[in-house]
Amino acid sequence: MLAIFFKMFTAYMGKNNKNIWSVIGASSVGTLIEWYDFYIFGSLATIISEKFFPSTNPTTAFLATLATFAAGFIVRPFGALFFGRLGDIVGRKYTFLLTLVIMGGSTFLIGCMPTYASFSFAPYLILLLRLLQGLALGGEYGGAATYVAEYAPEGKRGYYTSWIQTTATLGLFVSLIVIITVQKSLSKEAYNEWGWRLPFLLSIFLVLVSVVIRLKMKESPLFSKLKSEGKTSTNPLKESFGNKANMKMVLLALFGATMGQGVVWYTGQFYAQTFLLKTCGLEATQTNTWIGIALIFATPFFVIFGWLSDKIGRKSIMLTGMLLAVICYRPIFKNLYNICDVKNKVEATSNIITCKKINPNKATDSLVVKTSSIVFTDSSKLLLTEIYSLEKLKANINTPVETKKVITLASSYQWKIVGLIFILVLFVTMVYGPIAAFLVELFPTKIRYTSMSLPYHIGNGVFGGLVPFIATLITVSPGSNYLSGLWYPMGVAAVCFVIGILYLSSKSVKSESP
Amino acid sequence: MNTIKKILGIIWMAVALAAIVFLVNAAIQNINPDGKLDINKPMPWIIIIIIFTPIALGLALFGWYALKGEYEK
Repeated sequence: MLAIFFKMFTAYMGKNNKNIWSVIGASSVGTLIEWYDFYIFGSLATIISEKFFPSTNPTTAFLATLATFAAGFIVRPFGALFFGRLGDIVGRKYTFLLTLVIMGGSTFLIGCMPTYASFSFAPYLILLLRLLQGLALGGEYGGAATYVAEYAPEGKRGYYTSWIQTTATLGLFVSLIVIITVQKSLSKEAYNEWGWRLPFLLSIFLVLVSVVIRLKMKESPLFSKLKSEGKTSTNPLKESFGNKANMKMVLLALFGATMGQGVVWYTGQFYAQTFLLKTCGLEATQTNTWIGIALIFATPFFVIFGWLSDKIGRKSIMLTGMLLAVICYRPIFKNLYNICDVKNKVEATSNIITCKKINPNKATDSLVVKTSSIVFTDSSKLLLTEIYSLEKLKANINTPVETKKVITLASSYQWKIVGLIFILVLFVTMVYGPIAAFLVELFPTKIRYTSMSLPYHIGNGVFGGLVPFIATLITVSPGSNYLSGLWYPMGVAAVCFVIGILYLSSKSVKSESP
Repeated sequence: MNTIKKILGIIWMAVALAAIVFLVNAAIQNINPDGKLDINKPMPWIIIIIIFTPIALGLALFGWYALKGEYEK
């Protein structure tokens, strides 16, 4: 059945290779799968930690930290350099085929790996596979964006490449759907035993389909022309970063565009989720469902802003997105917090569900866990878990040592929360929709893959990826509050806006159209 | 406009230096063997400082180019 599907699809692709939509489809599906592969590791981080990186073992806990930070910060930019160079020497098509195979193979192998309990070397292999995922992701995006842009006619690059830009959001969306479907289809025991492996194993089929599709594609016309004329670069790294004129543009792309784009992207798509779950204490299913709805509504705007950038310019749209983010972040996040804040609600009923003592045999102290359910007049519900020290209670100190709040909001709040998240994602679409076309147009064909990949992955992987870390750093500083973590993305976006508005040109490179 | 671009070049170089000093200082203050957060572990800081230092040097280089008028129209 699968073979028939392959044949039909490849026959279709063969007939329509010149069609820009088949180019976009082949590139986007592969890139979407790579994002899916990259995200499922993050989405399943808790169970992966349990299976491969038990926190009780210092070595595996260290490897887990390395897997989290090294994959995004070091390996992604390195992948951009490695595969960028390859793409400018060998060609776009075979390079982004290779990244797809590495990503899919790594993901599949993670799904096959025996757990730490039965194979003590497993954490090292998982770390290696995660690093390979980061390496492949570093090489994929630049290839896909360059490939589509080099097929796209002048005046439509923003529109056509914006389809590639939807893949990061859709990849996240698909990964969540697959994980939720697997969770709901299996019992909790089966999921914990083997079911968590299915999203990883599924990747190999998706990748196989994508590889077959991509194999039928031809090399980009601009690169083919360069190659036939013998004008390809022999040393893209030297020409990209050792050549002053090009290095100036690489720095400008990073500090005047991708740096701000990266933090706005990360804050809108990921920090908002963490903020709702951890800072506001919103119930997990409600959070993920409402974010999912906002993503569905906002995703078409990647294409709309990509299209618009062909009409009015990339710079104005991207910088407007950054400026709006800087201005609106605090009011939006404050609104989200206020909606969830129980201080703004009137209590209707309150029930103590359980009150039990734990650690009863501990000689020094025991803990009392009290769980209460509070219903408010607006139908929102709060599940409050308070943990008290028995010794302190005996000494009449009634302050809990730990408090956990999970609020389930009334459905009447749905569209207000969805609307606020939608605005956050709208800023993402403004900065991210036109960025591929912007980067492609900044650099000449012969070193384009290398030159555009590095600023993109530093902007997104490093500046964007640092959002949770720096936000935590600011939040634990004296005098900070629940909104203080936003100073980092706001500060970076503001600096990027100033650099962009002063130094970026509104004109694009138009001399190398196919 | 070109004068503003040049003057701001000095600011970008200063920001680059300040960013490195801030990160090293924050690492010294927050690394804590008893802490449970990522900011208390040495490894994230080592990775971030190693990867961020060349980026900050890139910002300084950008500032230098701006100061020299390389981004004038």
